[in-house]
Amino acid sequence: MAHKVYSSLDLAVADIPDGARIMFGGFGGAGFPNNLIQALSQRGIKDVTAISNNCGTKDGELGLMFKHNQVRHVIASFPGPHAHYFQERLAAKEVALELVPQGILCERMRAAAAGLQGFYTTVGVGTEVANGKEERVIEGKRCILEMPIHADYALIKAEKADELGNLTYRLAARNFNPIMAMAATTTIVEVEEIVPIGAIPPEHVLTPAIFVHRIVQAKGIRYAG
Amino acid sequence: MPDKPRLTREQIAQRAALELPDGAYVNLGWGIPNLIADHLPKNVQVYFHSENGILGMGRRAKPGEEDLDLVDAMKVPVTLISGASFFHQADAHLMTRGGHLDVAVLGGFQVSEKGDLANWKVPGAKGSGGIGGAMDIAAGAKKLLVCMEHTTKEGAPKIVRQCTYPLTSLSCVDTVITDLAVIDVQPGGLMLREIAPGWSFDEVQKLTGAPLMTLGRPPEIKLD
Repeated sequence: MAHKVYSSLDLAVADIPDGARIMFGGFGGAGFPNNLIQALSQRGIKDVTAISNNCGTKDGELGLMFKHNQVRHVIASFPGPHAHYFQERLAAKEVALELVPQGILCERMRAAAAGLQGFYTTVGVGTEVANGKEERVIEGKRCILEMPIHADYALIKAEKADELGNLTYRLAARNFNPIMAMAATTTIVEVEEIVPIGAIPPEHVLTPAIFVHRIVQAKGIRYAG
Repeated sequence: MPDKPRLTREQIAQRAALELPDGAYVNLGWGIPNLIADHLPKNVQVYFHSENGILGMGRRAKPGEEDLDLVDAMKVPVTLISGASFFHQADAHLMTRGGHLDVAVLGGFQVSEKGDLANWKVPGAKGSGGIGGAMDIAAGAKKLLVCMEHTTKEGAPKIVRQCTYPLTSLSCVDTVITDLAVIDVQPGGLMLREIAPGWSFDEVQKLTGAPLMTLGRPPEIKLD
């Protein structure tokens, strides 16, 4: 059995190269892998492509990586008015942004996870999201073609992992985490608690272990504002 | 005319609440729509959906009751009602996009006479803007209500022939509820269904950037 439990946050992110495409879970302050983000940022990584719903709050969450100018490209749905460092970098043209409707962001990641080469949707038709995208009519409706979003790594947050990597999430902290876990080549999860194999009843598993490659225990950090 | 009283934001929300049928699954957007939950008529039970993966969201959490893993789409700590459920973000938007929600209520910057909606970016505004869930919600809700002021702070109409702000979705709006009127988007144009107390059709038409229709004299908006 592959050993997935890492003894430290630093080790869990040690080999992520500059220029990596990385998904970051979390929404509305809940479910962010804040400890992993800190470890990655402190390592001095650069030129990251970040795929995330938003871009942090000041220097919390993903904000830390914009503060240190470690991100070149962002694929996001709602960067956020409180993402000060991101907005500064964007204004200075130090980072490029692709804005994606939130549900389409989910489905593009899910397409990557599911081995699907894109899909057609009515969402975004006639808006600036449709610029440069193939359009066709399906069942009488104008649709645009959306392509999968792949990633080298996903950094996610869960409540519990067993030593095999089966995960559970707490309340609404689930959000993007299970989707990103499925879409990335290597998924790294920080959890509040690691339990023995079998301690999570199979019907309570929300992300099956096949999608999880590295597990590290860390006490959750939350940012207000 | 400028000094005539209009509906307050709370009153717009109160009127919009009357459009929610008992038992409906409903998503409320930012701004005025978010006030609707406080104005549901008694005997009406609706199930609030949040795009971060909650169905059956209850009232806002009281001080001491907050759990930061239980927040709405605006990051505000909330509670659950009995029978609530959690799911991931893809399923949350499967519900919005796939036509599973009965009613969605969004804020708006502009609505066109064809029901096009612009609600995510002000031209020339600083910063990135953000789409969030608005495009998925607008494209998929069985019924889409828009709550907004009838005119901008400068007095320009927000109901227009064609949107000039960046679009959210084409031909998606069913009904607009403003501080002056309730207006249905119909195939033939905009039908003024109800009007704010003390206002005439002609006065409202003057503040509207597209032609309005009416069937006889429109009734006043009633809130009690």
